[in-house]
Order: sequence, then C-alpha cells, then structure tokens
Amino acid sequence: MSQLLEVSGVSVTFDGFRAINNLSFAIGSAELRAIIGPNGAGKTTFMDIVTGKTRPDAGRIRWGDKGISLLGLNEAQIAREGIGRKFQKPTVFEDQTVQENLLMALKAKRGAFSVLFWKPQPADLERVRALATEIGLEDALPLKSGTLSHGQKQWLEIGMLLAQEPRLLLVDEPAAGMTPAEREHTTAILVEAAKTRAVVVVEHDMEFVRRLDCRVTVLHEGAVLAEGSLDHVTANKEVIDVYLGR
Amino acid sequence: MRRRVLASLGLLLVVFGTFAQSPAAQPASPEAAPMQDILQEHAAIITKSSRKTIGPAIDAVAGSGLGSAQRVLEAWQAKEMWQRQSDGLFFHAQKTDTGYDLIDFDSGESVGVASKDALQQIKPNSGIRALLAVALVQFQLSDPDPTRRAEALLSLERDPTSGALAPLRTSIPGEGDPVLLANKQRLERLLTIAYGSSDEERTQAIDDMAGDLGVDVRATLNPLLVTTRKVYEGALPEGVNVALRLTPGGERLSRTEAYALLAEQNLAPAPVTADDIRTTLAAHIDGGYVGGVPLAQLSDPARRIAAYEALVDAQKAAPLLTEADITDLLAAYVFADIYAEPSTAVTEAANAALRRIETKVQLNQTLDLGLDALSLGSIYFLAAIGLAITFGVMGVINMAHGEFIMMGAYTGYVVQQVIPDHTLSIAVAIPLAFGVTFLAGVALERLVIRWLYNRPLETLLATFGVSIALQQLAKNIFGTQARPLTAPDWLGGAWVLNDVVSISYIRIAIFGLALIFLGLFLFIMKRTRLGLETRAVTQNPGMAASMGINTDRVNMLTFGLGSGIAGIAGVAIGLFAKVTSELGQDYIVQSFMTVVVGGVGNIWGTLLGAGLIGGLQKSIEWLNPSNTLAAQTYMIIFIIIFIQFRPRGIIALKGRAAGD
Amino acid sequence: MNRSFFARNPSVLVFLATLGLATLVITAASEGLGLGLISTSMVKTLGKTLCLALIAVAMDLVWGYAGILSLGHFAFFGLGGYMIGMWLMYERTSQIVTQNLANAPIPPTAEEISDAIGSQIFGVVGSAEFPLIWSFADSLVIQLLLVVAVPGLLALVFGWLAFRSRVAGVYLSILTQAMTLALALYLFQNDSGLRGNNGLSGLQNIPHLDQVPQSVLSVWFLWASALALALGYVFAAWIVSGKFGSVIRGIRDNESRVRFLGYSVERYKLFIFTVTAMIAGIAGALYYPQAGIINPAELAPVASIYLAVWVAIGGRGRLYGAVIGACFVSLISTWFTGGQAPDINLGFYTFAWVDWWTILLGLSFVLVTLFAPKGIGGLFDLIATRNEETQE
Repeated sequence: MSQLLEVSGVSVTFDGFRAINNLSFAIGSAELRAIIGPNGAGKTTFMDIVTGKTRPDAGRIRWGDKGISLLGLNEAQIAREGIGRKFQKPTVFEDQTVQENLLMALKAKRGAFSVLFWKPQPADLERVRALATEIGLEDALPLKSGTLSHGQKQWLEIGMLLAQEPRLLLVDEPAAGMTPAEREHTTAILVEAAKTRAVVVVEHDMEFVRRLDCRVTVLHEGAVLAEGSLDHVTANKEVIDVYLGR
Repeated sequence: MRRRVLASLGLLLVVFGTFAQSPAAQPASPEAAPMQDILQEHAAIITKSSRKTIGPAIDAVAGSGLGSAQRVLEAWQAKEMWQRQSDGLFFHAQKTDTGYDLIDFDSGESVGVASKDALQQIKPNSGIRALLAVALVQFQLSDPDPTRRAEALLSLERDPTSGALAPLRTSIPGEGDPVLLANKQRLERLLTIAYGSSDEERTQAIDDMAGDLGVDVRATLNPLLVTTRKVYEGALPEGVNVALRLTPGGERLSRTEAYALLAEQNLAPAPVTADDIRTTLAAHIDGGYVGGVPLAQLSDPARRIAAYEALVDAQKAAPLLTEADITDLLAAYVFADIYAEPSTAVTEAANAALRRIETKVQLNQTLDLGLDALSLGSIYFLAAIGLAITFGVMGVINMAHGEFIMMGAYTGYVVQQVIPDHTLSIAVAIPLAFGVTFLAGVALERLVIRWLYNRPLETLLATFGVSIALQQLAKNIFGTQARPLTAPDWLGGAWVLNDVVSISYIRIAIFGLALIFLGLFLFIMKRTRLGLETRAVTQNPGMAASMGINTDRVNMLTFGLGSGIAGIAGVAIGLFAKVTSELGQDYIVQSFMTVVVGGVGNIWGTLLGAGLIGGLQKSIEWLNPSNTLAAQTYMIIFIIIFIQFRPRGIIALKGRAAGD
Repeated sequence: MNRSFFARNPSVLVFLATLGLATLVITAASEGLGLGLISTSMVKTLGKTLCLALIAVAMDLVWGYAGILSLGHFAFFGLGGYMIGMWLMYERTSQIVTQNLANAPIPPTAEEISDAIGSQIFGVVGSAEFPLIWSFADSLVIQLLLVVAVPGLLALVFGWLAFRSRVAGVYLSILTQAMTLALALYLFQNDSGLRGNNGLSGLQNIPHLDQVPQSVLSVWFLWASALALALGYVFAAWIVSGKFGSVIRGIRDNESRVRFLGYSVERYKLFIFTVTAMIAGIAGALYYPQAGIINPAELAPVASIYLAVWVAIGGRGRLYGAVIGACFVSLISTWFTGGQAPDINLGFYTFAWVDWWTILLGLSFVLVTLFAPKGIGGLFDLIATRNEETQE
C-alpha cells in the first residue's frame, strides 16, 4: 500500500532536550489515526515538524505519490501541498464573519495578486454554505466568529480545514472543552472526513479515541511506543507503565 | 587736568629723591669690574642697538665666562639695562618709588637710586632680543634652579634654533636631574637632525629617533622632506636633491598641470581657457557675427572654436595651442619635485625613519581605535543595560527610556546647581538620579504599562506619548540650550600612553561603571529574590502568581530598577555630552539596536551587542574619518543585514522558550 | 462590479461626498478662485493636510489592517517629496539660468548651462557637479515615476529582508525606525547629492507656471491632493473589502494560522508594505510643493511616530478613522504650535500653548491608547450601534 505521509528517523533537540527521538510514522491516503501519549511525549512537536513550523535535526519526511520531501518547504507551501492543521486552542479570525473565515480557507490560488482580484463565484458561495451546514453553522454565516461559542469555534476551524480540501488533516485535541453532544458531532465530522482523506487526531481522552474506532499510535519520549487498535495498545505492558506507572 | 598735576608732583619727588640719595651712590669701587669693562668695550654697538652689528657684543658677554654674564643678558633682554649718562656705565636698573635703583653687574649690589633723567635705557629691538635669547639658552640650560632649566628646555622645544644646539650639548654633561637629562638628550638629537653640522651626524640622529612615536620627531622630520615642484630646461642640473621625477600626463602630474606650471614661470604662453574664448568672442562681436560666425551658432562649442580661429587669423586673439604644440613644449622640459634639503643621505634617512614611524603609528592607532571602540561600546552598554531589563527581561518596549536617561542627566545638572563641589555633587547625583528615574519608572509602570502587558505595539505607542511629553516638559523647564554637567577635576585629564594612544579618564570611568552595572545586573538577576521572581514572572506569569509571587509588585520593581539604571547612565552620559532635552533620543535607537543585536533576554548578548556596535561604528569612522553621519548610516544598514542572519540576536534563546 | 463595491461599502461614498464638498467649499472661499475668505497659506495648509490624510490611509492599511507598525512610512513620504523636488528645483533653476544667460553676449553652450545650474543648486554644499542621482532630474515623467519607484523599491528591498527573516512586531517597528534614522542621517550629509541639511527649496515655484499666482496654484494643489486622497481611499477600501483584506486582517490577528491556511504571509506583508510605501511617496510628492521646502529633518524617525499617533487617535482598522486622525491632529497641532492659540494667564503662570501643546498631545495619546484603543473612529461605531438599537 502506498503511503501518503512517511516520516522516518526524525529527531529534534531543544537546548539539549530530545523532544523527538528517531521517530518513524506512516499513514495511508484515506485513513483515520489517533495519536495518544502522555504530556511531553512529543505529540505537538511531531505536528510542528510535519507542518514545517519546526525543522528536525535529522530524518526524512516523504509526502504524496511522488514522495517529495517536506523538509525544504515552509509552512505555507506545506499547507498548499495539502496538509491542514487544527490547533489545540481554537484559532479562528474572531474579527471576521464565519463566511469570511471559510472563504479565506476555501481552496483557491493563494498568491497575493490572484487573491487581490479574486471575487467569490456563486459556486464558491454554495460550497461555503454546504460546509457551514456540515459543521452546523449555516445560520451563523454573517456573524462575527468572535461571537461563537467555544465548540462552534472548534467546528468552524474544522470547517476551514475541510474548505482547504487537504489530503491530510492534523487535528490537535478537537474535543477539549466540549459538551458530550458536541463531541458526538465532532466525531461524526472527523469520521466522515476520513473517508476521503487521511486524518490524524492527537487526543488525550481515551473515550473520544474509542469512539473514533481507528488505529492508534502511542508516542512516548519522542518515539513510537506501540501501534495498533485501541484494545491492542491498551493491553501493551509498556503502555500501561507509561500511563499508569509514573 | 588733575592727572597732570599729580604726574608733575611725582616727577618732583623723583628728582628730589635722586638728589637726596646721590652721595651714597659714589663709593662703587673702580677696580675689579670685568663685566663693566667688556660692556664699555662694546658700548658703541650696544647703544646703537642694531641687529646686524650687535653680534660681537653679545658674544663677548656670553663668552666672557663670568658669572654675571647671564644677569647682563637677561637684564638686557628685559630692557632693564640702563646707561648712566654721567659716566656711560651700564647698570641693571629697577624702578622703585623714588626712581631707578641701579645695580652693578659685577658686584650684584645696589649702587644707589638715580632719576630717570640721568639714565639712558638700552632698548634692544625684537631681532636683538631673539639673539639674546639664544645666547641666554646656554646659561638657562645650566641654571642651578631646575625649574628655570625646564622652562628653558620647553621654550627651546617650542622654538628650536640652530644656535641652541651647541649650548645644549655643553649643558648635558652637567645635568643632574634624570628627567631633564633625558629631555635634553632627546632635544639634542632632534636639534641635531635639523641643524647638525655634518650629514653623518644628522643621519645618525635620524636613525636614533626612528622608532619614536613623538609628534615632535615627526615635526622635525617632515620639514626635511618638504619638496617644491620645479621645471628645468633640458635636463636636471647637478646637485639638486630630487624627490621624484614627474612625467607630464602621468599619474602625479597631468598635462594641464604641467603646462600650467610652464605658463606660470613664463616658459610658455598662457593656456587659452573656455572662459578666455568666450570673453574674447564677446569682445569682438561685429554686427551679429564673430569672426564670420553668426552669434546664434555660438552655443555650439565647435562653432565657437571656428569663430575664435578666425579671430586668431585676423590677429585679434592669442593663438590656440594644439595638443601637438603642447607635447612639444612639454618635451623640452624636465619636471621634478625637489627637496629643499640638499643632502640625499639625510632625506633618505628621514624617509626611511618616517616609514618606520608610520608603521608604528598605525599599529598604535589600531590600539587607540580599539580603546575608542571599547569606550563607545561601554557607553552604549550603559545606555542599553536599563533597557536590557525592561525590554530584554520583561519584554516591555519603553520608548521613554531615552527620556529617563535625559532625566538622570538633568538631575545631575540640578544637583550641581545646589552643590558646587563637583566630586560631591556627582556622588549625590548618582543615587538621586537613580531615585528620580526609579520613581518615574514605577509611575509609568503603574499608570500605563501594566494595562498594556502582552500588547507590545500599544506599549510602544503609549510610551512614545510619554516620551514626547517628557521631552517637551524638559524644554519648558530647562529651555532649549544645552546645560553643562561638569566632571570633577580628577576625571578631567586623559591617560596618555604615547602621542598616539590616549584615553580620557571619563571614558575609563564609564567603562568601569559599565562593568559595575554588568556585575550588579548579574547579581540581582541570579542571586537575589527579586531576580528569581522577575525571571519567574516573565517566563510564566500565571504560574508565578499561583506560587505566591506578587507579580504586580515584581513587575513594578523590575521596571523601576531598569529605569533607575537609565537615570544613572544619564548622569554618566551627561558628563561628556551636553545635557539637552534631546539627549535621550540620541541614544534610544542605538540602545534598542544593542539589545536586539545582542539577543533579547540575555545580558551577555547585550554586552556583545554593545561591543559590536561600538566597534563597528568606530571602524567605519576610521575608514571614513571625515563623516560620522555616514558611519551611523552604514552601521544601521549593517545591523539590518545582520538581523537577516541572526534574527534573534547574537545569543538567541532556542526552542519553545523563545516563543513566537 | 463597481456598483456592488460601493453598495457594499456605503462609507466610501459618504467619505467621497464629504471630501468633494469640503474641496468645493474651500475653493469657493479661497483667495485665488473664490471669495477670499481663506488665505492662500491656509489653503496650502489644508492641501497639505489632505496629503497627510493620504499617508495616514496608507499607514492604516499597513498598521491598522495588516498589523505591521511601520515607523518608516514618513521616510517614504519624504523620498517622494525629494523625487519631485529634484525636478522642480532643476527645472526652475534651469529656467532662471537660461534667462540670465540669454542676456549674455555669446549664447551659452549646453555645458555652460549645465555648469551654471549645477553651481546654482549645489553651491551651498560646495560643489557644482551634478551627482549621478540627478541624471533624470530634467525629465518630469521619469521623476514622477521615481516618486513611486524609489519608495517602492526601498520598501521592497527592506521588507524582503525583514519579512524573510520573520522579523515582526516591535522588532520590525524598531528596525523600520532604524531604517528611517539611517536614511535621514545619510541625507544630512553634504555629499549625499541632495544638498545635505539645506534640503531642496523653492519648491512652491512651479516651473512653466510662473504666470499663475500662488493663490491659484494653491487651489490647484488642493484639488490634486483631494483627488489623490479620493483615489487612495477608494483603492484602500477596495483592497480591504475583499478576500485580500480578510487575509491581511488574518495576518494581523494570527499570523501563523494564516500561514497554515497556505498563504505566504511574507509575500502579503511585502505587498502591502510596498504598496503603502508607494502611496506615501505620492502623498509626499504632493505635500512638498505646497510646503515649499524639504530637508532631512522631515524624515526624522519622530515624524513617522507622529503618523502612527494620528492613525491611533483617529482609530486604526477603519480608513475614515485614519483620515479623521490625520486632519484633526495635524490641523489642531498647527494651530496650537503656530502660536495662534491665545495664551491663558493664570496669574501666577502664563500657560503658553506653544510650550504645553506637545505635552498635552503626548498625554492624550497615552489616554487614547489606554482608554479608547479604537480612537475617534470608535465613536462612530458607538453611534452606529446606538442607532441600530433604537431602530430595533
């Protein structure tokens, strides 16, 4: 099976502290994957590396069918390659309306001049409406996104990710601070998204991970500790030690 | 009217006094008076007082070997030698209330008082006085009083004469004072270079002084190498000391210059310039035409020449020289720079010595530059260290920081108005400046900055508002003219290593102050509770607060500390710069640059940044010494480029701690 | 498209109408073309104010919308002024010199004319040679292009260097301030080729328009300034109303989020920085012929900070706020520091506005930053929301 993203032997050090230690990881083109691990396991740093925010000291990252390297690209270029990222804290542009937020994220040319002369076509507005419906914000389109609730902001951000039409979605703790009903909705959105693209969810909450019902990768001290179904990894002795032992 | 009465009364008194005392003046014994004899022998030329004829008289006195010779020469030079009209004898006369007290040269004793009418003053003109001064040098150089000897030596150094060489040499063996001896020997060498009798003697002296950095050595050597540009017909004559042969059209001498030289010496007709052509043409306008060319066409240079040639043909103008003519003319002459000094050996030795000195001077200049850079760097460091706390550690950008420096300087000025003693006033001003700016900083933090934490751009603008308000306030209070802040006298001089390397004590003091502050900063940040809490609050205010640290208080104190240090820096800067309301502005950009270049949040970075910026500015100034403005321009451009490669400064925080 | 643009941005129409009306009123009251109620120097002041409003719009674009607090835009303004000043001074001097030499018995050669102009212009800095940068000073078209090109190029190079290495926030502000200082210090030199601290003068005399009195010229310049402001305003409003506006506001609020959306933040910043520098250049080119003189002191870093002050007081992030701020603060400052305001005698102390105005301005600036971050423009929002509430 050809892999969409292949991370091999990546290491990164901050002032002597090894945040990522010879990490290898791969994901297929339409797969849902959860990454779990205790604090400081390197989950966020892993996402930073894939999205170009942090440059690794060693290792390779191959992407797509042609297996191009992501190491020489900056954040924007990586995003344009088709990797979308959702942050732990919901980051939407609060000063702008939901529609503006989604339009900005909508897949289109990203160059300054094309954007300057870009005008929304009816098809674009239709797409935005469809996305808004999918994330349950169709009534909120003209509202400033700063007025949305915490959960709505999370969905808006996921909606913006979907609008980018990425081939790989990196989602950092999407369910944090959500009500059970909101969690349900979020799970549904993610599972639906994973049918057409790769989705990596970083999560603490085992209950949420169980609901996603997917392969799980356990990170510990910057390296992969175990991989498999949730039941498989929770039965692993080392994983139990890491989570419970200390 | 009243004055005249008084004057005549005075005269009466004088006359009376003379009569009353004159019997006592008689007993001067006629035997043993060798000096008086010599003077009498030359009385004619002494009274004639002509520079041309006076020589034998001075030589006779100076060469008499008598102890009184110096007294005679000095009195003579000071216009205090008088001749008694009654018997023609010469005396040293000093004016007293009653008349002139006459002192016999031989005995050195007073022989009585005489009225002015009975005396004739010997008035040597300036030429004679100069000769007398030369004659005096040998006596003064051997004078028993060391201060007199030092004075004589000093005057000789300032105004060396050829005649002084011999007396100087004679005075050396008897010199007891080691300092004076060294000075004398040195001056002897210099005088030998300038006036030595033989070439060997002079080249020897030049070689002796070749390694010396003194300005006086260069001042002695340079005149030997003065050249004049000369033109000779055909070939160089024998016996001239050629510095450089010049070829017209070469690098050193353009054809135009060479030709101008010929014209100057009437060896060739004066060159016809474009101006000459225009004037000549203008003088020969004839009904709208000049030389057959219509006036309107004369804006074309080629037509102008044509018109001029026509005038030449009509013999109304001096002919233009063609390039070939000029070449021919120049070929007939030899151009050369000729030394005024005839001896080749001497000029060669002088050249070699100057080259050696030059190398040494450059080496020392580099050292001097290093010291300058160090001193400038410490000034920047001093200005920036307060900022390293407020901006570097706390992350607060305070545009009014420069105004705190200014406040410190004005505090120093005000203290000096109250306490006149400079040393004491500075000692009072430093803690007071700290106090004033500490309070100002605390007030600024409480009233403005604390509402704007985590909004750096707003902080920048609000503190800028404070900055312009404070500047204007200073203008309203102290006016726009510069106020002096005077350093104590013991900081006045400079530490002079040699004639090239020197550094003023103020700068050394500032360097020391910078070091003290560095130590203080390190101590406070690493060893005190406040430092620990400050670091905790800046790294994670929430966590620090939850651990029981009063973040408000810590922020306030830290900001006050940074501002207080700016105040002290202000006193130091005010000591060498004029205190004006714009004092702070001049340093604020450089200070921020220092912190940014060094790396925010790291005091060693600030130190390196200050050193780098100071060194850089001095080096650029050295490359283009005439233009300090350009130096600053290039320095800022360098910094902009530097930040390209090290956006976080020389010493950068890495990883997540650096934040975004 | 235009219809929909104005329909979406009614405030632009309001602004244009206000500007047009103000221009008409000033013209009708001017000495040159109207009733003579407003002196020529006042017309000039108002024309200059419009230019300042234009650069404030540019500043609002770059700071209020894109979040780049540039402390260098007045340098671009000054450069624009220098570029047009070169032509004005050259052409004017050339006219005078040609006139003088026309009386000479022999018609002058081209070289003589050029030498005479050179010594006339550069005599004050002890030179008669034309520096290289004056190569095109005889061409109005090229100098007009340079008005835009020189600030634009400087902004492009500087911005590329700065944004590329991700210098942002206060660091960028300090860096732009340093750039301004470097430029001002450079221009202060006598061998900068721009007459050192003498600057360029006599710019109010427009070549070939000798017959037109200053009173009329001042109105013409007022119109030109108003037109430039109108165009600049519409352009800025067009930029910020579309997706580009969304992106730059996004950059202002959360730069890295925009980056992860796939936008090259640096390019957008560079674009807006350069475009606003060009607008600043145009504003400067219209300002200095009305001021009559430009010298390096105009480029001092403090001028750029004042620009930020105007925009902040007017209300950043809204274009009319920038215009209001620039007009209000600069006019009121002119009035107070010009000595026109009557001093207040408190008996024990005479309160001279000339001395105290700057202090009050500085303090009011602190107050605005602290208590009214939206500036005067925020008041309009307040009124607007009130109206909406009462309508409901």
